[in-house]
Formats: sequence, C-alpha cells, structure tokens
Amino acid sequence: MSGNYGRIARDGLWDNNIVFAQILGMCPTMAVTSSATNGLGMGLATTAVLLASNAIISAVRDLISPDVRIPVYIVLIATLVTLVDVSLNAWAHDLYKVLGLYIALIVANCAVLGRAEAFAAKVGVGEAAMDGLMMGLGFTFALTLIGGIREVLGAGTLFANAHLLLGPAFAFLETTVIPDYKGYLLMILPPGGFMVLGFLLAGRRVLESRRAARAEVVVATEATAG
Amino acid sequence: MSLEQLRGKLFYQGLLLGAVALLTSAALALASHVTEADIKAAEAADLKQSLTQVLPGTYDNDLLNDTVTLPGKDGDVLVYRARHEGRVEAVVYRMVGHGYAGALVCVMGVSREGRILGVRVIKHAETPGLGDKIDPAKSDWIHSFEGKWLGEPVAEKWAVKKDGGVFDQFAGATITPRGVVKAVKQGLEFFEQNRAVLLDESVAQGGKP
Repeated sequence: MSGNYGRIARDGLWDNNIVFAQILGMCPTMAVTSSATNGLGMGLATTAVLLASNAIISAVRDLISPDVRIPVYIVLIATLVTLVDVSLNAWAHDLYKVLGLYIALIVANCAVLGRAEAFAAKVGVGEAAMDGLMMGLGFTFALTLIGGIREVLGAGTLFANAHLLLGPAFAFLETTVIPDYKGYLLMILPPGGFMVLGFLLAGRRVLESRRAARAEVVVATEATAG
Repeated sequence: MSLEQLRGKLFYQGLLLGAVALLTSAALALASHVTEADIKAAEAADLKQSLTQVLPGTYDNDLLNDTVTLPGKDGDVLVYRARHEGRVEAVVYRMVGHGYAGALVCVMGVSREGRILGVRVIKHAETPGLGDKIDPAKSDWIHSFEGKWLGEPVAEKWAVKKDGGVFDQFAGATITPRGVVKAVKQGLEFFEQNRAVLLDESVAQGGKP
C-alpha cells in the first residue's frame, strides 16, 4: 500500500505532472505566472481545492450516478472554490488582496475536474486525497518554476512581494537577481509564458528520452551478458 | 433495489442533482453568513487605511461618519471630510477612471487649498507586471501627483508624456496611467466646482495656493 502512495506522489510531482505532462490547466498557468510569488500563491490555493474536491468526490463516489456525474463534480468544485474565496476574503484579507483575482480562475482549471473524473471517482478517500495533494504540489512546483523564470528574465527579481503572500517572515525570499535591470517585457506578457513553458516541455522531453535511452542500454547489456 | 440499480433511474438522478444543489447552496449561504461581518470589517479597515494614506495631516473627527454626497460627472460622489477643530482641512473621495482592464477606482485626498495630498488606486484589474505599477508597493509613480493642483501643471499638461503632459507612462502600459491621470484631473475639477459645499462653508473662499 505504501508503494501505491509512493507511486501517486511520483505521478503527481513529476511523471504525470499537471502542467509538464498532462498539459492541463493552461488558463491559470499562463495568466498568473508573471512572477514566482503569484505562481506559488495560485499553486497553493489550487492544492487546497484539489485536496478537498478529490476527498469529497471519493467519499460520495458510490452515490453519484455516472450519467449525471459531471454536473455534480462541477457544482462541488465551484462551491469549494467559492468557499476558499470567501474564507480568504474574511480571514486572510491581505493574502486575498494579492490572490483575489485568481481564486475564481481555479474553477476554470480543468485539472481539478480531470483528477475528480480520472482518479478520485475510482479509489478510496485516502488515495484520492493523496493524489489531490501531490497533483496540487506538482502544479505549485510548475507554476513557481515558470513564474520564477519569467520574473528573473522579465523583471530581474525573484519572489518579489513574497511577504504579501507568506507574511513578513518570508521577506528574505525577495531577491534582486539582476540589479539595475531594465526588464524584458516580453517575458512578463502572455507570449513569455508560452515560450518558457515550451522550453521547459522540450527540456523535460530531452531528460526523459535520455533516461529511456540509458534504460535501454542497461537492458541490452543485461541481455548480452545473459 | 440495490444502489447500483437505483443510480440508473431518472428520479434518483434528479433527486441527486437536487440534493447536491441544495447542500452546496446551503454551504455557500452558511459561509456567506459566517464571513459577512468579517469581510465588512476588513473592507472598512481597508477603506479607513486607504483614506488615511492620502491624508497626511492631523484631524480629529470620525472620518467614516462625516460625509457628504454630491452629484459628480459619473454619478454621485461620496466625500469624506477630515476636520481639525471643526474646520474642514481636507476632503477624500473616490474617482473612477477607465483602465486597460476595466475600472480603476482611485481614492484622492485634496487639501482645502485644492492641492493633492495623495492618490491611491484601490481597485483595478490591470496586467500584473505592467499596469500594476500604479500600486505604490511596486513603483513610486502614484506619488508624482502629490502637491499638484489644477494650476500646476496647467490644464492641458494634465496628461501622460505620450499625450504631451507631464506624467510618466509605463513601458508597455500607457492606458493605465492615462486612466489614472484623467480620473485625478476630474477629481480636481469636481473639487473646484463644489469647493464651498465640500469645505462646509457658505461663503466660497477665493484663495489659491
């Protein structure tokens, strides 16, 4: 069983990463990754929704008719997103002022529905929750990475305004990577998002194909040795 | 009948959808009820904070309750008055400009002489990294209004540099600062037109700084 959880974690974080492997959730990915802080905030909010939606949908999976499952999932997800939205607004108002615009976008993230449909509806609550958490963290990792690259190239800073998101204790994260940098606007604009994502996807392909080639060599030598 | 068979029946599906809608609506209603007071309090604190940001001087009245509503160019304007020993020292009000992505809600403080004490954009949906330089946390631009009035710069210079004015635009975003400048200028014109009422004085004061 622990092997199963390990598999789920690996899938969520890398092998089946929402952005880098499934290429889902492109709308929020492109919209918010103009800085690392925005990417991190959006990723964490999405993680919370994914975790809750996966757990709830898995818990009620036997009650839901397959014929009407999609509207049920959508209503559940939209409700969760709204709950996150109003709770942040009420009890974490400073954070809400940074993220407020993006919270509603989580509904438009088809990855949440995708996980509900493809995974949570078929397994137990524990595994579904684990999947939601790991997929969310993988998504957070991808968004923070894209945001960080775009921010460094576009504005010369990294994690600017992180204290607004994480509190004053995290002000040390805010660094100016390139001092007196004029900025490369294209990276902050939407095309920058597509370019960075394109290069990252290509890089991942290279990495994976190298690994596959190495595995093949190992198999071949083992075969000749045998 | 087992759950398996039941799930295929139309009435069950209708009931299921109804139950889900009922439960989620109830959850939302409850959440809205629970958070309403806190959200209002947070927004009032926000409002107070944004008002005091554009009011550097001293005042001794309850700002949020000393208000007057006047007709402006785009509907009624709610004006908060800051008094010191009964005399209105400054007024604060909202002006709405039009940015690249919808409304730019600006709060501006104006001294009794008609000079700008400060401007803040409290609500906007401008492009992050471009138009959001109107935020003082990201750029000093918004401070460039301080001390200005309708005579300095003169009316035709109340524009961004691209339009022949004195205010900087941002690289890649001209529409946003243009919208703010226009809103601030309208705000000053509003002050001039309603000076006597705003300052709570029956005789208009002719003095200019």
